[in-house]
Amino acid sequence: MSVLVFIEAKGKISKAAREAVTYGSKIGATTAVTYGDADAASLASLGDNGATKVLVCRNLSEGNDQQLTKLIAAAAKNCGADIIVVSQDQLGKAVAPRVAASMEAGHVSGAIALPDTSNGFIVKTNVFSGKAFANVSVNTSKKVISLLPNSISPESTGENAEVEEFNPDLGSAGITVKEMKTQGEGVLLPEAELVVSAGRGLKGPENWGMVEDLANTLGAATACSRPVADIGWRPHHEHVGQTGVAIRPNLYIAAGISGAIQHLAGVNGSKTIVVINTDSEAPFFKAADYGIVGDAFEVLPKLNEAMRTFKASQN
Amino acid sequence: MKLLVCISKAPDTTSKISFTDGDTKFDENGVQYIVNPYDEWYALVRALELTEANGGTVTTITVGTAADDPTIRKALAIGATDAVRVDAEAKDPYFVAKQIAEYAKANSFDIVLTGKETINYNGAQIGSMVAEMLDQPFVSLAQKLEVAGNIATLERDVPGGAEVVEVNMPFVLSAAKGMAEQRIPNMRGIMAARTKALNVIPALETAELTSIVSYSMPAAKSECKYIDADSMTELVELLHNEAKVI
Repeated sequence: MSVLVFIEAKGKISKAAREAVTYGSKIGATTAVTYGDADAASLASLGDNGATKVLVCRNLSEGNDQQLTKLIAAAAKNCGADIIVVSQDQLGKAVAPRVAASMEAGHVSGAIALPDTSNGFIVKTNVFSGKAFANVSVNTSKKVISLLPNSISPESTGENAEVEEFNPDLGSAGITVKEMKTQGEGVLLPEAELVVSAGRGLKGPENWGMVEDLANTLGAATACSRPVADIGWRPHHEHVGQTGVAIRPNLYIAAGISGAIQHLAGVNGSKTIVVINTDSEAPFFKAADYGIVGDAFEVLPKLNEAMRTFKASQN
Repeated sequence: MKLLVCISKAPDTTSKISFTDGDTKFDENGVQYIVNPYDEWYALVRALELTEANGGTVTTITVGTAADDPTIRKALAIGATDAVRVDAEAKDPYFVAKQIAEYAKANSFDIVLTGKETINYNGAQIGSMVAEMLDQPFVSLAQKLEVAGNIATLERDVPGGAEVVEVNMPFVLSAAKGMAEQRIPNMRGIMAARTKALNVIPALETAELTSIVSYSMPAAKSECKYIDADSMTELVELLHNEAKVI
């Protein structure tokens, strides 16, 4: 089986992109397709994750859904791919279903495991906001799979991929980008393996220093609960939960968050959850692996200190 | 301005999730259905605000059976002009998108609005597929929408931040939090909704490209292990040696 993986490669190659390429290479011979300005050496490094070839379109600078759909369809034709893998981030959500519709291919959204091909082609997916899984059978010969971040560990083969320029006719862009508001430096929340999050229990935005200190020690991303984003203590993109970002990190540390069902919907895919709350009855403790009944103002600095000592001992 | 809003029903957020028929069907027993929050709070309400300011109509479309009618009436009570129900069980996303796209093609709308995803299947597929079938741009995860003449300005979520984009009508969008505030239907709206048109139309046949063969539940969480607030070194050791996450 021949596989095409679409990745975004602006500057550096993201962890989500390496995961998607690794996922593809477990299914079959994998070609990656991308656009933008990443240099040839970074693109060749996708070979380390199992890609044999990387097609790069240099005529496209903005990720535009209609043009990307044409790019992916042309690349699939070029390498004879039956299976297309896309990382399910914001761009993947815009493009992957469109690609599937254009090829009349069955589309799997929210894949968290490799396909089971023992009897057909069945992929396990996240549904009901992480409260259940569905096994989705793809009934078409062409297939599109949207892979959730943190579902597979990027593999390292030590190989390099062949990089080839690929500039098919993509028509015009329907959408014009007027302004980009970036979140600045730091780990991107949806693909972070470690996340430190806090809620109203922190009493004010001026107290977020201790959350950031712990995140820095761990190399973690920071997140927050909905009320905190709504009152503007923290930026909107940090809000995890039903209406915010859904994340699946290895470790989620929540301080001063009670754990409403809407918040859990965004984090219950986390491998390990640590909850810090003064209220021993907080519902979040039911979803936690480790709980600390105590004041975040005392616990966070102590945890940070213990982490620093641990990190120092590791080096 | 002629707007089409895709409305789906979804189990209430607090519903117990369980399965029946050998884990092949969602157990609807005791489940309260609501209008999918992203369709209602963000897509529908913003569409109503725009037509209230600029004139025009808001039609809702739902692919479903008569069991969906209460949710459709709710959308009408909030203020939609009229509603269409494509009379079929919503099968796979491609089937649903095809029905919506065919209706939209025949009736040409300025904007087709969907919620960013439903809270049960979380597929986030319909808007993007409909856009492809209509050969129109798709603005995903929009948090803001303003319209001036034939041009719409939107702000949307992208990896690592947000971007402001411009697009000519017609186009398709998916609505995320920030687009509008929830509206509670008033008594006048509820009364008016009873007499508004709910047109039931037949579905087009399409092949089922994907199907859900079974469901499963995550393994039960083990009991929470409590650690004393003064023993953070112990927590770090557990995270390293037991959970193996650091």
